[in-house]
Amino acid sequence: MGTIAVTPSAESVQMRGVGMERARTFRAYLRRNPTLIIGFILLLALIGIGVIGPFFVDTAQAQPATVPPDQHPSRAYPIGTDDQGRNLLAVVVVGLPLTMRMGFIAGTVGVGIGIILGFTAGYLGGIVDNVIRTTADILLTVPGLVVLIIIASTIKGSITVEQMALVVASLAWMWPTRTIRAQVLSLRERAYVQMAKMSGMKTPEIIFAELMPNLLPYLAASFVGSVGSAILASVGLEALGLGPQNAPTMGMTIYWFLSFNALIRGLWWWWITPIVLLALIFISLTLISVGLDEIANPRVRRAAR
Amino acid sequence: MRVSYLLKRIGLFFLVLWGAATLNFIIPRLSSADPIRERLSAMAVQSGYVQTGVEDMVRAYQQKFGLDQPLYMQYFRYLRDIFTFNFGYSLSLYPAKVLDLILNALPWTIGLLTVSTLIAFTLGTLFGALMAWPKAPKLVKSLASPFLTLSAIPHYLLGLILLYIFAFTLKKLPLYGGYPAGMVPNLSLSFIGTILQHSILPACSIVFVEMGFWALGMRSMMVTTEGEDYMLFAEARGLRSNFIFRNYALRNAMLPQYTSLALSIGRVVSGSLIVEIIFTYPGIGSLLYTAIKGSDYFVIYGVVFMVILTLGLATLVLDLVYPLLDPRIRYHQGA
Repeated sequence: MGTIAVTPSAESVQMRGVGMERARTFRAYLRRNPTLIIGFILLLALIGIGVIGPFFVDTAQAQPATVPPDQHPSRAYPIGTDDQGRNLLAVVVVGLPLTMRMGFIAGTVGVGIGIILGFTAGYLGGIVDNVIRTTADILLTVPGLVVLIIIASTIKGSITVEQMALVVASLAWMWPTRTIRAQVLSLRERAYVQMAKMSGMKTPEIIFAELMPNLLPYLAASFVGSVGSAILASVGLEALGLGPQNAPTMGMTIYWFLSFNALIRGLWWWWITPIVLLALIFISLTLISVGLDEIANPRVRRAAR
Repeated sequence: MRVSYLLKRIGLFFLVLWGAATLNFIIPRLSSADPIRERLSAMAVQSGYVQTGVEDMVRAYQQKFGLDQPLYMQYFRYLRDIFTFNFGYSLSLYPAKVLDLILNALPWTIGLLTVSTLIAFTLGTLFGALMAWPKAPKLVKSLASPFLTLSAIPHYLLGLILLYIFAFTLKKLPLYGGYPAGMVPNLSLSFIGTILQHSILPACSIVFVEMGFWALGMRSMMVTTEGEDYMLFAEARGLRSNFIFRNYALRNAMLPQYTSLALSIGRVVSGSLIVEIIFTYPGIGSLLYTAIKGSDYFVIYGVVFMVILTLGLATLVLDLVYPLLDPRIRYHQGA
């Protein structure tokens, strides 16, 4: 797989040039890495629901007591209504983006902290490294959900989607910190970093100009991973009843159908909707991160064959 | 194993416990919520009680729990209480002690988790190893994408689907609980039988997801191991393929799996808490759920501390066993 696909004669490429050539290699690469594309398409489709949906569905019906309760899927309510009189289609249109935004915010904050701590620990070493690494390791062995439960139960009820994201983010930084630190440790000794150091570049400059670009695939992969685990954690908290009571997120939908025993009462359309959508979110994120992993870590390719 | 390593590791364990206890102390005090007043007011409203008496009761309780003392005194008192497992009383089931509630629920959770984690780990590791082994049947190799999908789905989502199919639609397995409603827990064979029957679905929802996780990890480790020189050498010596698989590839590739076992416990527990709620399984998760619904803060804090304690112990044991399995660590420590 070392060589790039057959290049057309040099003259014909000349002007329209490098861009097209790159696009072609890029496409050839994507064909080899279909996991990434399928994941992206799936994710875009899910985002699309929240973007296009409001044009077709009355989003006010995502609130309780706006439509008749417990309706089977029909023409008026394509995926039915719940026990408290929400139109489930409206719930999806409003709630799915909320859930994804929550994961996105928490993932961004988590990776942001992870980048800062990971680079600090990996680059400075010594006591700083020891403290950061030990703290991250200790927190990793503690079940995150349990700690989040204490935090969330003290601000129970009045919590907003954004606060929820920040609560989840408070425990979303350990994995990024660990992986980034490990990568920085191995990059730090490379010749070009030593070269930069000798030529008098300052530490922040080295980090941003020399280290960061080489870590991009890793950063992307750990971002996707963090978003996934943030969504997982937030849905878990919501299912326990610690979520934003007034927001129709996917996790709150789970909480409501659990409280109202939708499963045993045979209201299948109510519980199947959030489950399928959440499963699709997680599958798309996993596919993307596997795909990114293949870019970052070519050794995986052998396993994929 | 060196004594210094042992001491360090045990010290870390107590550090985790101290951290958990402190967190348990600080976070609730950062918010303005007052569990006792909240609870008493709620009870007063429920029973139509006159509000004026509530303030006196709040004060009496605060004195009882030492909440009128300076913060550092409260903290030391709290630490002493928690390390003697004195979590106080449940607010919603008043005479019941928090510790008793937890001790009733804990065996269910530990049993469910231990069995399903062991099954998932063994099966997943085996499948993962076979998926990367060139001489394995094609069928096993095609399992990669199903495993990937399974490992991506949260435990409780799978649990709901299993519950719907096997308990609600096919009526093959019980819908909820850890044992039939009328039965008193005892150690007779028939009771153990019903426990097993009730545990199948919750266990499966954990096993399938975790199995995918272990299989994927093992597969990539196997691929790395297969590239090692000693594998080539073993083949050159003419050793039988099965022998190489078992004694060369599997044994070496498995070591990182053990380390991830310690790191994965936290994740599995988080997932299983919600699985328990879905199946109304009488473990820690369900206890926590009722406590959160009833604003029973002492139970919540007690459960959180006990979960962290149990997991801390489990990871401690795993970390102490690991050097016995991997001679490289042993020599390294001894050097």
